[in-house]
Amino acid sequence: MTLIPVAPAEITRTSSQELAVSGSWTAHGIGQIETQLEALSASFGSTMVIDASRIEAFDTTGAWVMEKLRRRLFCDSIVIEIIYLQPDFAKLLEVVGQEVSRQAGTGKQAASEPPTRLTSLGLGAAAAFEQGMALLGFVGECTLTLGRCLARPSCLRWRPILYNIRSAGFDALPIVGILALLLGIVVAYQGADQLRQYGANIFVADLVGLSMLREFAPLITAIIVAGRSGSAYAAQIGTMAVTEEIDAMRTIGIAPLELLVLPKIFAMIIVLPLLTVFADVLGVLGGMLMARAQLAVSYAEFLDRFVKTVSVTAYLIGIGKAPVFAVIIVTIGCFQGFRTHGGPDSVGRQTTRSVVQSIFLVIVADALFSVAFSALDL
Amino acid sequence: MTSLASPDNTVIEISQLTTRFGDHVVHAGLDLVVRRAEIFALVGGSGSGKSTLLREIILLQQPESGSIKVLGVDLENISDAAALALRQRWGVMFQSGGLFGSLTIRENVGLPLREHTGLSDTLINEISEWKLAMAGLDPEVGAQYPSELSGGMMKRASLARALALDPELLFLDEPTAGLDPESADEIDQLIRKLRDLFGLSIVIITHDLDLLWQVTDRVAVLADGKVQGIGTMAELSGIDLPATRKFFDGPRGRAAQQQAAAPNHQQDRMK
Repeated sequence: MTLIPVAPAEITRTSSQELAVSGSWTAHGIGQIETQLEALSASFGSTMVIDASRIEAFDTTGAWVMEKLRRRLFCDSIVIEIIYLQPDFAKLLEVVGQEVSRQAGTGKQAASEPPTRLTSLGLGAAAAFEQGMALLGFVGECTLTLGRCLARPSCLRWRPILYNIRSAGFDALPIVGILALLLGIVVAYQGADQLRQYGANIFVADLVGLSMLREFAPLITAIIVAGRSGSAYAAQIGTMAVTEEIDAMRTIGIAPLELLVLPKIFAMIIVLPLLTVFADVLGVLGGMLMARAQLAVSYAEFLDRFVKTVSVTAYLIGIGKAPVFAVIIVTIGCFQGFRTHGGPDSVGRQTTRSVVQSIFLVIVADALFSVAFSALDL
Repeated sequence: MTSLASPDNTVIEISQLTTRFGDHVVHAGLDLVVRRAEIFALVGGSGSGKSTLLREIILLQQPESGSIKVLGVDLENISDAAALALRQRWGVMFQSGGLFGSLTIRENVGLPLREHTGLSDTLINEISEWKLAMAGLDPEVGAQYPSELSGGMMKRASLARALALDPELLFLDEPTAGLDPESADEIDQLIRKLRDLFGLSIVIITHDLDLLWQVTDRVAVLADGKVQGIGTMAELSGIDLPATRKFFDGPRGRAAQQQAAAPNHQQDRMK
């Protein structure tokens, strides 16, 4: 808070029926005497004289405070007489008085009470339910549009699909590669100490190979893509919703889902498995580097063991999860984008929500996969 | 209204102002004086540098050379503290409102008071609601968010915020653009009321011919980086300059002029 230096407003009681006021009765100067004014009172039915000759400045805030004091005391049948107020200030006070009367006529609105804990719990549950239903509706709508498009492949839009393949896939190669490499290094490094104790150095290939191919590579790729592309989808569609571009699209006769959602889904279904393969390669490479540096397992030994222990099934399980993650990421990103209403700050909120929810759902789906695969003995 | 008045009768004094964006010259030696308690309008075609001039006056942009004095303070090399003090002496209403989307309308209006004065929350809320009423908004609007308001209500709310600290000088950027005729009329009256009641000096950027004829005291026409003509609308309508003619010729210009020439009719319409 920054205060402009002004002579603060002051109020002094010169006798039981007289007040002397001075200083700046402005928004900047009145703060100090607010409580003093509230405590002010006099005997019932008396007259109080306010000497206003030494007021230096007077604005609507000062006039408002003065008028409020007059009204409050009037309720106790105390009449206030303001003397020696400068003509300009008196005019202002009169105007404010009129405004206050007019506003009093319109009636004060009831102050809204903060909701109780139970109410907010109920409201939260209702909102979550509503959002769940809306998501279900959105999935249904997308499925219908997809069906229509597959029936008439001419309405597939290749240009946005190719564009999305580049922006969500090719452009993400460096970050996915670096993180997968680091993850491989970390897994091998953490395992190295344990394996060395048992002299089971060569098992580092099992450790890195299985964990990267089955779990880490698909998961880290999906999380990076959710943060990178899912959020971009939500922001893009949200901004379009705020600037009425979506409505314009509908009036021109283009289905927004067909132009904005389907190409992203197709592109992501193609791209995410490919990115996962890339992450597999670099993750294993990271593990290999660490195996040689820490455990003296040469590249040839590592690869020999890798081929023996890591089955094709493990590799396919990892790749197979990727399209499911792709659908989750695109659906949530676009869904939150379409739910943007109101102003620009709503875009930010929906974008955040899309990232949090898509990462959450990706991990939930991964857990479900693990349960299913262990039941199927894969 | 306050004792902070500068001694002379001038609120804005601009001399030999030059602004350039790359090779594009926006202002070439522009001179302008705005007097106390007048309603002053800046007009000019698109790209004539009206908005840039406004941004320079309210310390959002630096001119290349020349001097600007606002309320007796020279804006060149102004210290941070002086700039802060000066900013609290004027209010600005932006074209699209400039209201903060994350705050309710009442919080928006109360923000300058909360930030710059030591008033209690109750008093700030009361004053904000009263300023909203003064700008012609219902008390219920105070609890809403800017995204829930119509364009006209946004302008009013923005005006209420500009008035929060009782400024001496008020800048209005296109106050009637995009409003229906009735709301525009009400804004016209509101601007005049503010000047008459509080002795505000008001600087308006506008294209609205009705607003220019009905409300303003003096008008400056900007073109080619200079003030081409300055005076009342009646005076300007007599000058034969291409830049000013654009505002008086053509069906709209003539209609607004005829409207202004029939004051009785106008009074009836407003009632």
